[in-house]
Amino acid sequence: MSDEGAAAVAAVGAVAERIEAERSHLTDLDSAIGDADHGGNMARGWAAAAEAVEDLEDPEPAAVVKTAGKTLLSEVGGASGPLFGGSLVFASTELEEGITAETAVAFAETYLEKVQDRGDARVGDKTMIDALVPAVHTFKKSVEVDDMTPVEALAKAVAAAERGVDFTVPIRASKGRASYLGWRSVGHQDPGATSTLYIMEELLDVATDNVDAPDELPDHAESPTIPDGEVTED
Amino acid sequence: MKKLINDPDDVVDEMLDGMVAAYPDQVRRLSDTNVLVRDDAPVDGKVGIVSGGGSGHEPTHAGYLGEGMLDGAAAGEVFSSPTADEFEALLEAADSGEGVLAVIKNYEGDVMNFETAGEMVEMEGTDVATVVVDDDVAVEDSLYTSGRRGVCGTILVHKAAGAKAAEGADLEEVQRVGQKVIDNVGTMGMALTSCVTPEKGEPTFDLPEDEIELGIGIHGEPGVERTDVMSADEITEELTESVLEDLDLDEGQEVMTIVNGMGGTPLMELFVVNRKLQEILGDHGLETWDAWVGDYMTSLDMDGCSITVCAVDEELKELLGAPAETPALTVK
Repeated sequence: MSDEGAAAVAAVGAVAERIEAERSHLTDLDSAIGDADHGGNMARGWAAAAEAVEDLEDPEPAAVVKTAGKTLLSEVGGASGPLFGGSLVFASTELEEGITAETAVAFAETYLEKVQDRGDARVGDKTMIDALVPAVHTFKKSVEVDDMTPVEALAKAVAAAERGVDFTVPIRASKGRASYLGWRSVGHQDPGATSTLYIMEELLDVATDNVDAPDELPDHAESPTIPDGEVTED
Repeated sequence: MKKLINDPDDVVDEMLDGMVAAYPDQVRRLSDTNVLVRDDAPVDGKVGIVSGGGSGHEPTHAGYLGEGMLDGAAAGEVFSSPTADEFEALLEAADSGEGVLAVIKNYEGDVMNFETAGEMVEMEGTDVATVVVDDDVAVEDSLYTSGRRGVCGTILVHKAAGAKAAEGADLEEVQRVGQKVIDNVGTMGMALTSCVTPEKGEPTFDLPEDEIELGIGIHGEPGVERTDVMSADEITEELTESVLEDLDLDEGQEVMTIVNGMGGTPLMELFVVNRKLQEILGDHGLETWDAWVGDYMTSLDMDGCSITVCAVDEELKELLGAPAETPALTVK
């Protein structure tokens, strides 16, 4: 198993634990403006995903992410399955060359694109998009413009997602089931944006554990994930 | 509430097994799924027609599997969309190489899971086209929907697209006639009582003995209006006028109608409604080409009905009148 593969498996496990811990909180959020199943559905889905990736022989990041996504698709009902799981399946192809700054940005962008295609929501509709858009844009800019390492950029992205979650509280829902409530949705935090933030926080945690410092990248002898001459030196 | 069930968690699984046992030479179940397909699926040289959605609307969806209608149907949990991998298995099983038309009712979960599955099988080389049915004239947005809900008009989409596919038409043509039905059909329903889901065991919503709800959905979602109990004729008039207003048909237009039971209403009452429906259509100068009465798209054990009107031309008459041989519907 490659180090990156192990990290990806650890990340799925960490998300599963976190979502389980937040299960009733997510359900409470969803009771206020939805149909009260987000906590249970997500917890069931991620628990199954964690089991599925544990069973992979010789996992590489793309395979781990794809397996997690497929499992979410089959375990999480309603719209959350395609949004969280389907987007992971399609974005996983971006990691086929391993996890580098470049592939991580491509992964984030494809994930966002899929959620947008599928859910047809925009910023301000009070959905997970309100957390994802600032997070992905911040991640991309931090890597490509500010020359940060992926882990530093991810920390920035998590902070942006957090602001996005806060932003969902005062606005009126115009997509998803909460939109049926109209003005009654105002004052409630969006459950999908919230679980998106939890997932990102766990990714940051695992990434931090797995990369000590940018100049001490893990040894990639067994997988040509970083083409020669492309390693950025800070 | 008393129900003929075992464990509510097993109800869909047990229903599907029972259905296969009832029609062993017409349908089979794909192993490890809640997908039923025509016994001879995929049919060589024919575009596949598939549908699916939550359970609790029987005979929809699998009741329409067979010659001249559907090749496969996915069953979700009660009132919940099937998952994307169920839809994926369904699309794969129905593809003979000519592509598959997915008939989707306009509910967020159904649409998203079907679309996701469609993209996945397209990566594997299956052509998928979709039509989204939104025939419910009652409400624009609802608990499960952006836009209008898909209800009983879906059966006519299955019928027309299924007949076109049976003729050997290509995917684009099959999709076109499915969409043509959607463009010409309208439905509105009402409830005398709430439905009771197996899991909850009590009414989904509270409807007092002296009230009815107009514009109700097929999942116990709210309608547009609560009123005092009315006579069958008054209710029929309310529903029919709403549908006709939405369709805006010219005098002399030929139509096909469905008086659909919601699951708990005796045929006797549905025929009473149909009598008045035909009278109203006559008053509007519309000509009924065909009239169906029965349980086509139900909501568990809800008492109530829906009225569907579809404008038909020569092409649609030929397709809707073409032979079909399914557990729930036979057209000779």
